[in-house]
Amino acid sequence: MNARIAKLREESLRAIPAISGERAELLTDFYAGGAAQKASIPVQRALAFKYILENKHLHIGDGELIVGERGPAPKATPTYPEVCLHTTADLTVFDTREKVPFKAQPQTKETYAQRIIPFWEGKTIREKIFAHMSDQWRAAYQAGIFTEFQEQRSPGHTVLGDKIYKQGFLDFKDQIEAAIGDLDYETDARALDRLEQLQAMSIAAEALIVFAGRHALRCRELESAETDPVRRQELKQMAAICSRVPARAPETFWEALQYYWFVHVGVITELNPWDAFNPGRLDQHLYPFYKKEIEAGSLTVEQARELLCAFWIKFNNHPAPPKVGITSQESNTYVDFALINLGGITRDGRDAVNELTYLILDVIEEMRLLQPSSMVQLSKQNPDRFIKRALKIVKTGFGQPSIFNTDAIVQELVRQGKSVEDARDGGASGCVEAGAFGRECYILTGYFNLPKILEITLHNGMDPRTGGQIGLKTGTADGFADYQALFEAFTAQLRYFVDIKIRGNNVIERINAKYMPVPFLSLLIDDCIANGRDYNDGGARYNTSYIQGVGLGSLTDSLAAIKYHVFDNQTIGMTGLLKALRDDFNGHAQLRQTLLDATPKYGNDNDYADDIMRAIFEVYYQAVNGRPNTKGGRHRILMLPTTSHVYFGSVIGALPDGRLTGVPVSEGISPVQGADRHGPTAVVKSASKMDHIRTGGTLLNQKFIPQVLEDDTGITKLMHLVRSYFRLDGHHIQFNVVSAEILKKAQQAPDDYRDLIVRVAGYSDYFVDLTAELQNEIIRRTEHDGF
Amino acid sequence: MNANTGIIFRIKQYAIHDGPGIRTTVFFKGCPLDCWWCHNPEGIRMTPETCQPAAGSGRKPEILGTRMTVEAVLAAVEKDVIFYDQSGGGVTFSGGEPLMQAEFLFALLDACRQQDIHATVDTSGYAPADIFKRALAKADRVLFDLKLVDDAAHKKFTGVSNDLILSNFRAAQASDKVQVRFPVIPGITDNPENIERLAKLAAVSGKIKRFDLLPYHRTAAAKYQRLGLVDRMNGMAAPTTEQMDMLQDRIARYGFTVRVGG
Repeated sequence: MNARIAKLREESLRAIPAISGERAELLTDFYAGGAAQKASIPVQRALAFKYILENKHLHIGDGELIVGERGPAPKATPTYPEVCLHTTADLTVFDTREKVPFKAQPQTKETYAQRIIPFWEGKTIREKIFAHMSDQWRAAYQAGIFTEFQEQRSPGHTVLGDKIYKQGFLDFKDQIEAAIGDLDYETDARALDRLEQLQAMSIAAEALIVFAGRHALRCRELESAETDPVRRQELKQMAAICSRVPARAPETFWEALQYYWFVHVGVITELNPWDAFNPGRLDQHLYPFYKKEIEAGSLTVEQARELLCAFWIKFNNHPAPPKVGITSQESNTYVDFALINLGGITRDGRDAVNELTYLILDVIEEMRLLQPSSMVQLSKQNPDRFIKRALKIVKTGFGQPSIFNTDAIVQELVRQGKSVEDARDGGASGCVEAGAFGRECYILTGYFNLPKILEITLHNGMDPRTGGQIGLKTGTADGFADYQALFEAFTAQLRYFVDIKIRGNNVIERINAKYMPVPFLSLLIDDCIANGRDYNDGGARYNTSYIQGVGLGSLTDSLAAIKYHVFDNQTIGMTGLLKALRDDFNGHAQLRQTLLDATPKYGNDNDYADDIMRAIFEVYYQAVNGRPNTKGGRHRILMLPTTSHVYFGSVIGALPDGRLTGVPVSEGISPVQGADRHGPTAVVKSASKMDHIRTGGTLLNQKFIPQVLEDDTGITKLMHLVRSYFRLDGHHIQFNVVSAEILKKAQQAPDDYRDLIVRVAGYSDYFVDLTAELQNEIIRRTEHDGF
Repeated sequence: MNANTGIIFRIKQYAIHDGPGIRTTVFFKGCPLDCWWCHNPEGIRMTPETCQPAAGSGRKPEILGTRMTVEAVLAAVEKDVIFYDQSGGGVTFSGGEPLMQAEFLFALLDACRQQDIHATVDTSGYAPADIFKRALAKADRVLFDLKLVDDAAHKKFTGVSNDLILSNFRAAQASDKVQVRFPVIPGITDNPENIERLAKLAAVSGKIKRFDLLPYHRTAAAKYQRLGLVDRMNGMAAPTTEQMDMLQDRIARYGFTVRVGG
C-alpha cells in the first residue's frame, strides 16, 4: 500500500471508539423544536434525518479520497435515543468495560442527564417493545431461551443492489413524484398512508443530496487553503464528485465508490440498523466503471487499488453502535457485519468472476482490517484459481474472506419464493444470511437456545437455574418410557417457545412499522417506492423474518448420550444422570468421561448422532418455517450464533454430553468443541446431512494448523474439501488457520498479540479483544492437522 | 494369515500427504523393519498394544490395533468417496508394512478396484518378490520408501538387510506406478553419497517420475513414551528448510519431480 493509504489505515486502527452525543442532541433539538408535531410520523422521521445531515459536523481527513463520517470523527459513534435510550450508568459502563469499550466524555454524560434522557424517556422503541410483550415472553427472554434483536437496534439486515449505479437521487425523486401522481384515493384505502410515506422518502432523498453538497463546499474550502498542488487538484475533483453524486448517476469508478459511501452513511445515520449497510456484490457493481475507465485510460489499476483501499478504511472507521445487556452479550464486538460479496454468478447465470474480483481480493489481503467483512461466493461455475486465491488469504490467518456456496444460496432463495434472477443477484450478508440483494427485507429476530429447551424438558418445564416454571409440564424425566417419549416432550417444549417468540416478533414488527419508519432506507430497497410503503412495513419485494437456532451440536450430543446410554444400552439411569448434572459432575468424573469418550458425537460422520441432528433440525424447521410475519412474508430458520453461544452457555447447567455448567455451547452447525475426532471430511459429511437448502444460511467453522496450508498442494486439497462440501449442498465454511499453542500464548501475553485476528463465528475479531470465555471456546475447537 | 481380516491400528481421513488428492489412509499393524526414526512406532508390533493417554488428558488408556474385516475397512473408506471424486484421491494402505498382511491387502485392493476407488500402497519394499509383484499389479500406485543404499547402515538403522528391498525396487522399475519416498534423517540418511546413489538407482528406467522427501520430524517422540518404547533419536533436530531446499535441487537434477512432504 502507498504512504497515503498506510497513514489513513494507521489512523483508523489507532482511533479509539468513543461515544458522540452529536446525533442525540440534534435529534432532540429537532423534536423539541416543535416542527415535528405538524407532520405525519414518516415525514417527522425524514425531517429529523434531514436536520441531522444539514447540521452535523463534517469530517474530511487529511489525504482522504472517500469522504463522509457518521460521527464528527473516525470511530466517534453516535447514539440512537429514539430506539434505545442509554442511562448515564450505561455511558459509564461503555467507558470502563474491559471488552468493547467506548470512551464517554463527562460532557456527553452531562448532556445526557440534562437533555437527552428527560426528553426521550418513555418514548423509545425499546420501552414500547418491553411494554407490549407477554409475561411468557418476558420469562423466556430472561431465562435465556431467546434473544430479541430489535430491542436496541432497528431492523435492517439488508444489502444494496445495483440501482444506485444506474440512477441518481434526483431520479428517485422523480419516481416518487410519479408514484404520488398515481395514487388512487377512490379505491385505495391506504392512499393517504402511501402519500405520507412517499413525501417522507422525497425529503430523505433531498437530505442526502444536501449532505453531499456540504461536503462539496468543504472540499472547495480545503482546496483554497491547500498549498500542495497535487492535493489541491484532488480536492477540486472531490468537490466535483460530491456535487454530482448522489444527485445523479455515477460516471466514474471514484464517483461510484463515493456515491455508495454517502448512501452507507445515510443508512447508519437514519437509524442503527443491524449489519450497518452493505454494498453487496461490489465486484459486479463496480466492474462496468472499472472496465470502461481502464480501457479509456482515465483510471490506472493502481489508482483503482488506492481508491478501494480508501473505501475499505471508511468501513473500519465505523464500529457497531454500542450495545448493552443481553444484546451486547449476543453480539459482543465492534464488527458491524457489512459483508462484501465477491464472485458468484451473474443475473443470467454465468460465472461472475472478473479481473476486478482479483484486485479486490488483493485489497482485502493488503488492508487486513476487521471491517468491512468479506466473503467469496463460490459457484460450480467459478474457476479454481478464484477459490485458490481466496484460500491463500485465508491461510494468512485472519478468517477472511469466508466462503459461500452460490449454488446453494440460489436454491435457498428460490425455495423461499424469489425469482431465479433475483436469487442470482443475491448473496449472503451479516454472518451467513442469504438474501435477494436490493429487494429484500430479511430481518433476524433473535437467537434461539436449543440446548436450553432440552434442559427445561428434563425438568418438566422448570428452569433449574431459577426454579421458575416457564415451560409446559411435559412429564418428569424419569417417567419417559422410551427415547421417543422424551423427544416428543422436547418437541412440545420447543414449539411452545417458538410460538411465544413468533407472537412477540409480530408485535415488534408492527411497533417498528408504526413508530419507526425508515424513509431513507426505503428509497434504496425495491419496491418500497413503487408500493408507497416503508421498508419496515412490508414495502420490500420480499419480506423474511428469521429465528436463528444455536447450540445444535451440544443438543445433538446431549440427546445422543441419553438415547445411547439411558435407553438403548441402559447402562446409565436417568435419575443418576440428572443427579450428575445437578452436581455439575462433581463426584461423577467417571460418568462424565463415559459421556465424553464413549458416546456417538455429531461431527464424526456417525449416523447414530447425525440422525438425531437431523431430527432436531426437522422439529425446529417445522416449528418456524412458513409461519407468517406481518409484512406479507414468512418466518424462516438460520443456524448461526455470532457470540450468543457464549451467552446461551452461561444460562445452562451441565448437559448430558459432558459439558459443564456455564461453558459456551457449540457454535453454528459446528460440532461441539473437541468432539469431532475424525478430521474435516467427517465434519463436512455430518454437517451436510442437514438440509441446508431449507434454511436461509448455516455456519460451519473449522480450525486448521498453519502447516496444512503451507504449500500449494495443501491449498489445492483444502479447495477440494470446500468444493466437496458444496457438492453436498453445504452453505458456508470458514477456517481458522492458527494453532492453539499461539492462542494460548496470546492469552498469556496479550500485548504481544494485539494484531492476532481469529474467526469467531460469522465474523473475525482481534483475539485479545474477546472475552476469556470466548477465547477458551476457540482454543477448545478441534485442530485438523492433515497428517 | 487371513484374506478376510487383518490388524489395523488407525484409519486416517483427510490424509493429504499420502498420494494424490484427498485420501483415507489405512494403517496396517506390524512391520518387519525397526527404523530408528519410525514416526508410527505403534505400527511396528503386529499385536494390539496399550497406549497410555497423554499426561493430564484424563482419558483412559487406548488399545491400538483392531482386527477388521475387508468389508469393515471398505465401509470406512467408502465414507469419503465424494472427496476422492472431487480431488482425484482415494485410499492409501500404509503402516506398519501392508505387505506383511499380504492376503488381506490383496483382498482390499481387489475390493477397491471393484468399487472404482483409487488405491495406493505405501511400502518399505521388504517382502517376498512374488508378493511385491502382486501388490504392484493390483495397486494403482505404489509409494516405495527407500532409505539407505549401504547394507551395513541399513542393517544398523532398520534392523534388516536391504537386499530384498533393492531387488524389489529393481523389479518395480518397469512399472510407471511407482514413486519414491525418501526419509531425510539428519546424520543417518542425508549424506550426499547415499542420496546420489539412491537417485541414480531410481533414475535407471526413467519411468519413476516422483521422488518425495519426508523430512524427519519429532512429533512421534511423545508416542514412544506413551507406548513405553525407547526413542533412539535422542531429540535429534529436524532438518532445516534450507537443507530441504538444497536436497530438493540436488535430486531434481536427475529429472524427478521432487516434493517435500509428499
